[in-house]
Amino acid sequence: MGRVKTIARRTFLIGSAAIAGGVAFGAYWYNQPGDNPLLVNLADGDTALTPYVKINDQGITLITPRTDLGQGAYSMQAALIAEELDVELDSVMVDPGRPAPAYYNTALATEGAPFRSTDESAMAESARAVMDVLMKFLGMQVTGGSSSVPDGYEKLRMAGAVARETLKAAAAQKSGIATGQLKTANGMVILPDGSELSYIELAPIAATLKPVTNVKLRDPDQWRLIGKPMRRHDIVAKSTGTLTYGIDTVIDGMVHATVKLNPRQGGVMNGFDASAAEKMRGVQRIIPVTGGVGIIADNTWRAIQAGNAIEFDWGEAPYPPEMDEHWQVLSDSFTEERIEARTRDDGDVDAALADADVIEAEYRAPYLAHAPLEPIGAIVKVTDERADVWTGTQMPRFVQNNVAAMTGLETDRVHVHVLYVGGSFGHRLEDDVVKRATELAIAMKGTPVKLTYSREEDMAHDYPRQIAMARMRGAVSDGKIDTYDLSIAMPSVITSQFSRQGLTLPGGDSQISAGAWEQPFAIPNYRMTGYRAPELAPISSWRSVGASTNGFFHDCSLDELIHAAGADPLEERIRLMWHDDSRKVLEAVGEMSNWGSDLGPDRGRGVAFCMSFGVATAEVVEVSNTDNGIRIDNVYVAAEVGRVIDPVNFDNLVKGGVIWGLGHAMNCETTYSDGMAEQTNYHAFEGMRLYQCPKIEVRGLENGDRIRGIGEPPVPPAAPALANAIFAATGKRIREMPFDKHIDFV
Amino acid sequence: MEITVNGTAHEVDVEQDMPLLWVLRDELGITGPKYGCGIAQCGACTVHVDGVAVRSCQLAAGDVDGEVTTIEGLGTPDSLHVVQAAWVEHQVAQCGYCQSGQIMAAASFLDVNDDPTDAQIDANMSANLCRCGTYPRIREAVKTAAKNLRSA
Repeated sequence: MGRVKTIARRTFLIGSAAIAGGVAFGAYWYNQPGDNPLLVNLADGDTALTPYVKINDQGITLITPRTDLGQGAYSMQAALIAEELDVELDSVMVDPGRPAPAYYNTALATEGAPFRSTDESAMAESARAVMDVLMKFLGMQVTGGSSSVPDGYEKLRMAGAVARETLKAAAAQKSGIATGQLKTANGMVILPDGSELSYIELAPIAATLKPVTNVKLRDPDQWRLIGKPMRRHDIVAKSTGTLTYGIDTVIDGMVHATVKLNPRQGGVMNGFDASAAEKMRGVQRIIPVTGGVGIIADNTWRAIQAGNAIEFDWGEAPYPPEMDEHWQVLSDSFTEERIEARTRDDGDVDAALADADVIEAEYRAPYLAHAPLEPIGAIVKVTDERADVWTGTQMPRFVQNNVAAMTGLETDRVHVHVLYVGGSFGHRLEDDVVKRATELAIAMKGTPVKLTYSREEDMAHDYPRQIAMARMRGAVSDGKIDTYDLSIAMPSVITSQFSRQGLTLPGGDSQISAGAWEQPFAIPNYRMTGYRAPELAPISSWRSVGASTNGFFHDCSLDELIHAAGADPLEERIRLMWHDDSRKVLEAVGEMSNWGSDLGPDRGRGVAFCMSFGVATAEVVEVSNTDNGIRIDNVYVAAEVGRVIDPVNFDNLVKGGVIWGLGHAMNCETTYSDGMAEQTNYHAFEGMRLYQCPKIEVRGLENGDRIRGIGEPPVPPAAPALANAIFAATGKRIREMPFDKHIDFV
Repeated sequence: MEITVNGTAHEVDVEQDMPLLWVLRDELGITGPKYGCGIAQCGACTVHVDGVAVRSCQLAAGDVDGEVTTIEGLGTPDSLHVVQAAWVEHQVAQCGYCQSGQIMAAASFLDVNDDPTDAQIDANMSANLCRCGTYPRIREAVKTAAKNLRSA
């Protein structure tokens, strides 16, 4: 049973309601009485109306609750609604709306459940359904996990269709003409004589009607928008400096602020001396906050300058202060007691390795900051009656609840205004910045406090990607891989992240082996074991999460075994692949790269495959070994997403994901010394620069029956494809990121 | 002191060493130039002084000795500069946060050389960081802008 079919089977109860300032359509109400015991007796609040379409005399607004982090989520969500609503994207407004339980994210939970994306068994579907319910209880209106497309694909189109049909019913009532004779286009209901009634004038009538819920989604061959190149609605603003990001937002009467927090993440402040800072121009107040102080000033730069003039006595880090201790903890974690899950155990690995020449290797991946270009920030205003939060966040519901708890206000008195952000990559799944701004706003009651982190404060408190280590053992015979045993150790990123929200992760953390255990290869003796290392430095989800490390471990280990077997890297992966749609992405990159052709001297190509977030992705990287180091020449990437919604944005996102994966693999890591992150700014955390950027060719495949998001899946195969290419060009096998610890790049 | 931005003279009361970036953003409310690193590593703050691209986070207000142009002064949504039009045509932006600086860097560079080689584009555009990875589209947009400048 495919995912789309599962959703379609569910009950949709759609309602319209008059809301302040307009008419809201497309409420989506999810219930499955009797099917699942956890869904019975849901509280009334869990069936709250969920407006996606708002019409008032100002015009038509499409509500797009998944945050646009730069991935184009607002345009994608708007297009899905507009497709069925019959409005043009350049004639509607787009608004992320306000946090609400009904905007929970179904798709994020389904991929979090510990079943392979290729596993459609009843058990897997059942577990996904349980996770659905869990997420609903948590009200996780979260943007992440490449989930916005799969989450919205059905329900946003449905919301558009219901609104359209209800507007047609209103037009029928007004004109006396049956709905069957009415058409819709460009925000208008068109009568048989060609005259038009605008949605805006029909909205007040529609609000009095019982919504038309008996609607059928259009077939793909009727689509006007989906699958065709679109123009992002924010593209002109982003090309003219006129888009207002969080950091640009101005609230009347606001003050500027920054913070200085213990650079040992989570450590306490024992004391501080701000006597010099207090005298500096523009400084209004210096206020202790959790783990440090906030500086209130009349200008961001003055606040930062004053912060740098404060002397601090910082407490120790709540984790080992030096990196060798972190690596030792991981190295010591490959024990029976620390097994999180042995999620694959085909054949008999122990017996097979007992009689074989065992190939062994150890792999490492470092902590890694997200470092989006816009530093984190938030504006918070607290009064006795209400709190307002203006910030770019991937989790507005959590922000709302946390600010309510801190201020003592009821949750519905906390208003979260989600703003445009300058990148995230998982960084804005944390809300420390809102909490610090709220502490300052409570101290400055009635005054909006705009808190902006300096780049240095941001990178010191990034909550980086998990550190991870893997050990591979394997054996080959007769030119084939016989046995592949991969053990991965890392702390639980989801546990770390949940702990900061006061949550406990139910069950295991599937991210510990995500990107490795579920790869659809058939190997006679094939075992994947995840080991949960003790908590070290606090960590959080980084673009592609567990697969960002495990995709590298799994594919490079596989490449080593294929090389030992003397087989062709691409042909052997194809031979081992049992999943048809995954094999097709490998075949696609083989064709795109003209795999097997002669590249000439001092060049090499590598292929890698990783399925993550349900997207089978293959990449071929071609490199040259020059006198100045390795130059990445070309990348060919193919991904199976079921349906490409916007080919332009798809191409841009895939290329960005490849560059993200390659750049960090080349030269980025976060390391701790004396408990402090050593990389304080981009001079020490460079990523890829334009001159290093290869030519990238992208192909989206649409063979699968499930729609998938593409924000993360291009990342995991990039690093292993590069390492495998470097091996092909130089004979040097790199088993640790960043690779520039072992080889130079141009 | 007096600073002229986008053709308008402003009297500002700031320290000599306040970076131009923060004069623009927090004193004048001109927010197209972005704060990314504060140490001239990312280029998000790039503006023109007398047509030449500079890092406004490293230019002290007291050292500004010419007319400042920000992305807002280069062109507007209703009247796009050739470089901005190319950025729209190629849909370069993802998060878009670096693009003000990218566009200002490209405009200044193309003003001197409107027929750049690929190597020259790489050399001149590599001081601007893009975390989203829009580099392939930046290259294409620079080429389109150059072509349109030549035929203008």
